[in-house]
Amino acid sequence: MRFGVVVFPGSNCDEDAHHAAKDLFGQDAEYLWHKDTDLKGADVVILPGGFAHGDYLRTGAMARFSPIMREVAAFADRGGPVLGICNGFQILLEAGLLPGAMLRNRSLKYQCEHVHVRVEQTDTPFTSAARPGQVLRIPIGHGEGNYYAPPETIARLEANRQVVLRYTDPQGRQDDASNPNGSVHAIASICNERRNVVGMMPHPERACEVLLGGVDGRVIFDSVISALARGPERPALLEVGRPA
Amino acid sequence: MRARVFVTLKPSVFDPQGKVIADALHSLGYDGVADVRQGKYFELDLAATEAGAAKALAAEVADKVLANPVIESYRIEVD
Repeated sequence: MRFGVVVFPGSNCDEDAHHAAKDLFGQDAEYLWHKDTDLKGADVVILPGGFAHGDYLRTGAMARFSPIMREVAAFADRGGPVLGICNGFQILLEAGLLPGAMLRNRSLKYQCEHVHVRVEQTDTPFTSAARPGQVLRIPIGHGEGNYYAPPETIARLEANRQVVLRYTDPQGRQDDASNPNGSVHAIASICNERRNVVGMMPHPERACEVLLGGVDGRVIFDSVISALARGPERPALLEVGRPA
Repeated sequence: MRARVFVTLKPSVFDPQGKVIADALHSLGYDGVADVRQGKYFELDLAATEAGAAKALAAEVADKVLANPVIESYRIEVD
């Protein structure tokens, strides 16, 4: 299986994601420069963390105009699995591939720490190997991860079960103290209605090795690798690679 | 012509930076400042020579790039 890791000027978690896919999970992995106009046969696309285009104006605001994003949108439209991590999540929001927007953390600080998130949905390609309610300990590192959407959008996200991860305490209980950035409904991750596009603020690629302090991020990679391997069971993923 | 674009968070969206600025002003004794909303200000130098066209172009740029309509609104002045 081939991972495509998009590299924008200012991406800084691209090598971490590439390393996880290739060296830890033994998968094929390719970097996709933001000016590229094809996905080099990627079966799954990762928009990594960082500060794409310097995050000038707003986080992720400029990246959506990069040529590669047209291909990523077409791939998503065909049902291809797309994961946006941190800045990648912000880019998916600005590109309109996911609903909502990010505000400054309510602390107004850049927060770099391990947090706990509860898996709310396991029928996405990036959480299918997790147990419902499983609590993952994964690091965050962001200044603008305070997820916001208007109340009607939040209601729709909840009704459609599009909230994939929520910030909780280590026992999986939702409380204000465990919400690191003030996100509405403690949202750490959402998916689109079709469930093949997922954005998440925590960094699973930084939590795949004991040496780095934890391996709870592995389940995200395990999920998409096994989801694609058993493609025929998953109608949304059957269409991967089919021309638009 | 010149267009000035003021982008601010919508009234319904909590503004953490504005809140901190308001708190700071209150701690300095400026109790007469009830609330603060902060935002961004852009000056656009435009080739347009007519106010209507200038405003339309500025609005298009604001819609597409300068503001995120999910959380922000904007106001335009041209001269």
